[in-house]
Order: sequence, then structure tokens, then C-alpha cells
Amino acid sequence: MELVSVPPFERFYEEQKGPVLGQLRRLLGRDAADDAFQETFLRALRAYPALEHGRHLRAWVLTIARNVAVDSRRRERITSTEVPDLESVDEPLPYEELRRLTAQLPEKERAAVFLRYGYDLSYEDIGNALGSSSEAARQAASSGVRRLRRKELP
Amino acid sequence: MTVSPELDARFREAAAAEGLLDVAYDLVDTPVGQLLVAVTGRGLCEISYDPDEEREAESLARHFGARVLRSPRPTDEARRQLDAYFAGKRRGFELPIDLSATRDFAHTVLDELARVPYGELTTYGALAAKAGRPRAARAVGTVMNRNPVPIVLPCHRVVGSTGALTGYGGGLERKRALLELEGAIIPS
Repeated sequence: MELVSVPPFERFYEEQKGPVLGQLRRLLGRDAADDAFQETFLRALRAYPALEHGRHLRAWVLTIARNVAVDSRRRERITSTEVPDLESVDEPLPYEELRRLTAQLPEKERAAVFLRYGYDLSYEDIGNALGSSSEAARQAASSGVRRLRRKELP
Repeated sequence: MTVSPELDARFREAAAAEGLLDVAYDLVDTPVGQLLVAVTGRGLCEISYDPDEEREAESLARHFGARVLRSPRPTDEARRQLDAYFAGKRRGFELPIDLSATRDFAHTVLDELARVPYGELTTYGALAAKAGRPRAARAVGTVMNRNPVPIVLPCHRVVGSTGALTGYGGGLERKRALLELEGAIIPS
């Protein structure tokens, strides 16, 4: 595989800040998303020197964002003085379910299914994240879904 | 999804405040054009003329680490001093300088260059002699051309042995403008 070097953080941030905010708003709503946005990129900065290559950066930062969102919901549950809506909070996030379901898929299909159905990314974004075309991303996702339907896992 | 300018600025400031950046930079408008001014934890590491922001970020990342981010606050002091210099209210800079990407002879030459006073001229040969290699005038020219922090390290004060302005990384027009500002040459 072609070696892709880690870009300067500035470029990474400029490319990913829109998708990250979009995902956080879907997960947390507008106000909480702003705080989570900053925390997501601060975590990314802390981890940045350990990156060995510049591939899959979108999938990487969206995973960080998801973790920040999970932490933020947990905190909210602990500190909230209002009657907590425990049922909805305790419900496993669809991601965890999806993660479990897709764990056995081949790597590329797993990533494509996860990003498509877990993060609601477009095939174009998924292609960018995986370093392939949007058509290849679409094929990987649909072949992953077919495999899940048939439970035919390698 | 569009990130609001406030949210964007808040992150850029927090990143610097938490000490997570290898390099913080900003673009600064001056009478000699827009400059890119970059600082590390050790000090000012780059000033560039006519900056291509993306290319500069790549180059900074190669030399100092990949955590390069545009973040105005860390560059504030340099900006203030540059403003005062261009307003004619400051004759020297009091800024720590990070020359860690510069080695050996170039480092020695830049240390000597820092001592050339405001409003005075020196020559490539004289600077070479001060750096301990009197015959290396041409090499000194190369070092001047690659000076990472022009203006603050005053390579504009170095001219040919005949007094000709010779050359300047930012273009001769700018060299002339800086020397005129300092009163080192008569406006043409």
C-alpha cells in the first residue's frame, strides 16, 4: 500500500472539522456538541504524534468523537439534577451493537458498513476515509451487508 | 456542517493553551506584505514572505513536528514587536528564537547576524570573518537567503562589498524598504 504521511494538524483539522461537528450534533444535539467538538480535537492532538501514517484519518477522528460523545452522555447522567431518562441513556448505543455484529467481517467491509450505518457517512466520505473510490466503498458496504444477512463470515 | 468562527477560534486557542502544539502560526499584515509568523515552545522559528500557507505548514511539520496549527495567541508578542518596528518605535527585537532546525555554520552566522545593529550595514565578507571563516562570503549569502526569521534576524542589513544591495529572500524591493525604514539608506 502507498505510504501516506501524516499531514500537518492544520490540514487534518480543516478537512475533518465539518464532519466531526456533524456527527457530534447528531449524537448530542447542538449545545453539547460544541464542547464535545473541542474535546475531540484536543484528544486528536494528544494522540497525533503516535500516528504512523495518514490513512483512515476520518474514521479515526470520528471514532474519537464517538468516544467523547459517550463520555459526555455518561457525565451528563451522573451530574444531571433532572430526572434522568435512564431508559434511553442505558440503552446500548447502536454503534456497540453494530461493532459486535460487524466484528467478524473482512476489514474493509467492516469499516465500510460501520461508517455507513453507524456514522451515516456518505459513500464519498467513506471512500475518502478508506482511501478508495466512493464506488468501491459502496460495494464494500453492500457486500458486507450481504455477508451479514447470510451470516456467512470467513 | 459549518463550524462557526467562534467555535473554531475557541479550539485553536485551547490547543495552544494546553501546550499541545509543536508549532503555532498566524498571518500578519505589515507594510512589506503579509507574513507568516510561526513559533514553537522555544521561540520564533519562522517568518516567511508571500506565504503559501499549506506549503509552509508542511515544511514546519517536517522540521518541528506534525502538530502545526494556525493559532494567533502564541504569536501575539512577535506581532506586537513587528508592528512597533514598522511604526518606527522599536529598533531591536526581544524575542526568543528557535534555531533548532539550523545547524553548524549557519547557526554561527545567524548568531553573528543578530548583533548587526539597527540602521547599520555590514557585508557578507565581514559577517563571514566574524563567524570564523573569512573566505566564506558566498556561503554566508546562502545562509542569508535561507534565514528562517528575516526582519528579526536582520539579513537585510547585509550587502555586497561594493555596497550593492545584492539580493534578498523576500525580494530587493523589501530589502530597500526595510533599510529606508531604518534610515540606513536614502530613499530612492
